[in-house]
Amino acid sequence: MKHRTFFWFILPTLSAMILFIALPIVSVFIQSLFVQHEQVLLVSESCGPFGCEKTTSIDTEATAKLREDRPLGRFNGFGTYTNRSHLAFAEVGEAWATSESFGDFWGQVLNLPFYRALIFTLTYTAVVTPLVIVLGLAIAVGVNNLPRLLKGPSIFVSLLPFLVTPLVGSLILFWMVDGDGVIGATLQYIFDDPSLSLKASTSLTWIMLIVYGIWHTLPFSFITFYAGLQTVSKDTMEAAMIDGASKWQRMIHVVVPHLMPLVSFVTLMLLMDNFRVFEPIVSFSAEAHATSLSWIIFNDLRESGNPLYGSAGATSMMTIVGVVILLTPVLIRTWRDFNRKAH
Amino acid sequence: MATKAQSRTTPLTLISLALVALWLIIAAFPFVWTFWGSFKVQSDFFSKADWMNAIYGVNTAKETGGAFTGAGYYGAWVTEGFWRNVLNSGIVVFFTVIISLTFGTLGGYALARSGFRYAFWILMAALVFRAMPHITLVSGYLLPFFEWNIWGILPTTIIVLVAINQPFTLWMLHSFFLNIPKDMDESAMVDGCTRFQAFRHVIIPVMWPGVITTGLFSFLLAYNDFAVTAMLLSSENETIIPAIASFLGTTQVEGKVMYAVAAVVSATAPLFVLILFFQRQIVSGLTAGAVKG
Repeated sequence: MKHRTFFWFILPTLSAMILFIALPIVSVFIQSLFVQHEQVLLVSESCGPFGCEKTTSIDTEATAKLREDRPLGRFNGFGTYTNRSHLAFAEVGEAWATSESFGDFWGQVLNLPFYRALIFTLTYTAVVTPLVIVLGLAIAVGVNNLPRLLKGPSIFVSLLPFLVTPLVGSLILFWMVDGDGVIGATLQYIFDDPSLSLKASTSLTWIMLIVYGIWHTLPFSFITFYAGLQTVSKDTMEAAMIDGASKWQRMIHVVVPHLMPLVSFVTLMLLMDNFRVFEPIVSFSAEAHATSLSWIIFNDLRESGNPLYGSAGATSMMTIVGVVILLTPVLIRTWRDFNRKAH
Repeated sequence: MATKAQSRTTPLTLISLALVALWLIIAAFPFVWTFWGSFKVQSDFFSKADWMNAIYGVNTAKETGGAFTGAGYYGAWVTEGFWRNVLNSGIVVFFTVIISLTFGTLGGYALARSGFRYAFWILMAALVFRAMPHITLVSGYLLPFFEWNIWGILPTTIIVLVAINQPFTLWMLHSFFLNIPKDMDESAMVDGCTRFQAFRHVIIPVMWPGVITTGLFSFLLAYNDFAVTAMLLSSENETIIPAIASFLGTTQVEGKVMYAVAAVVSATAPLFVLILFFQRQIVSGLTAGAVKG
């Protein structure tokens, strides 16, 4: 295709992506270098019979005007990145100096909002992704063994948790695990503890969010693997059987290697989606026990009346860096494949 | 062909069947339960005393006279004006899908037919864009949109959703167009068509299966979005999902939580119908990128 024709074909999509994805990243970066204005203080001196007194008051008019004239705020450089709500170098350094044991240090770091969100996001991604892959493969094999008549309906049922709106899906589960909901009440009955609440403890909240994550993303890996199973060569399977391989051995030595390219594809998709975990935290109102990177950005922007653009921008930039780090192996591999094809 | 040895029941087969059965229950039960419960009153759906209440509707019968009540739906759709959010969602989703498919087919076709290095770079950039959490972009929109006074209205949200949709649409249609033989449009060009004429007369008639599949996913992205719609729409322009989230703020009042339950069931219904009719396309779309490696 000629460069000129290519340009006209790609123009609409490229301009949409540049205007609303690439430029916003630049805008996020610029925002992250600024912080909101301090309030303008008015010092007035009032002199009475007993000498002069200085009073400071907030000049609301001037503050509002300043905010309107320069909505970005005042320049702060990389100050926002290193402050207490983000990388918190000073606090981490102090925790390192003062804490006696590693556990103590860790505990102090985990009280800092950014690290708290980062740890939950990483834990969620690292737990949900492998579990979903293994369970998805197991269920795909199971469904593949079902009679033909049952395959369609079981795929239909499986698609529901995946395609349902994340916010809605997590609400549905949340109502069920609520103290008065069916699962929550049953658990209270089983453990004979009427005050048992999945919302009250950090570890139970984490488990609940992770269970939601598995429930929500399992269908994706299941369906991809199921499609992959349809392409396993029958000859190879028969050959393995004639050689005396048991079902389990055929599974491990024939099916799994055949599905390996799919595993890397599914891992990539799951990593991308799990890393942005956000809606379940809103639905479960879990912010007291678990926050994610996306959630703290959302929270900064929601700050009523006075959104913290700088703070949200700094977290966003660091999240984007995180995404790029996650994707680097894939990008490098695709680059190599492309070069091999080109030469 | 299933031979005797293959279909012999082993403990392994039993375990895997049990796993499938367990999964199907876990996948379906929450939906069935919530759908059934949405026709009850709050004291039944959230029954501390006995979960069987939610099935038989003991308190529902006491309070309303029948075992089922549409009070939650009436409250959500009429009292809380949920129909307006449904309308907004309809507008946003319709235009997002149409525009992103138009942009996506043009771009995807160009990328599939261009062997130049920059085509590869555009695809790579799209992959990175696809991976970015949407909320990171939203924090970049807010301030400029406030400054230009375009915050809170539907067209802004539509164009933002179109843009966020593009990376995915491009990848999907790019791999779809790769499967349409090059010879088709090239022979049309040998016959004297320009590139665009070849696209219009040769490619457009055969591209519908891929476009429909991609459209389904664009629909899901626009319909399911929370981060963008919650931050970019003013309260009178809210779509379904942020509206449900704002219902939650008022759940403390007795009875209101059933409004949210009814709204949630209403929001799930279109997805249910979608899967019912397009299961095959959704499955093929999910695996399109994967099976080809």
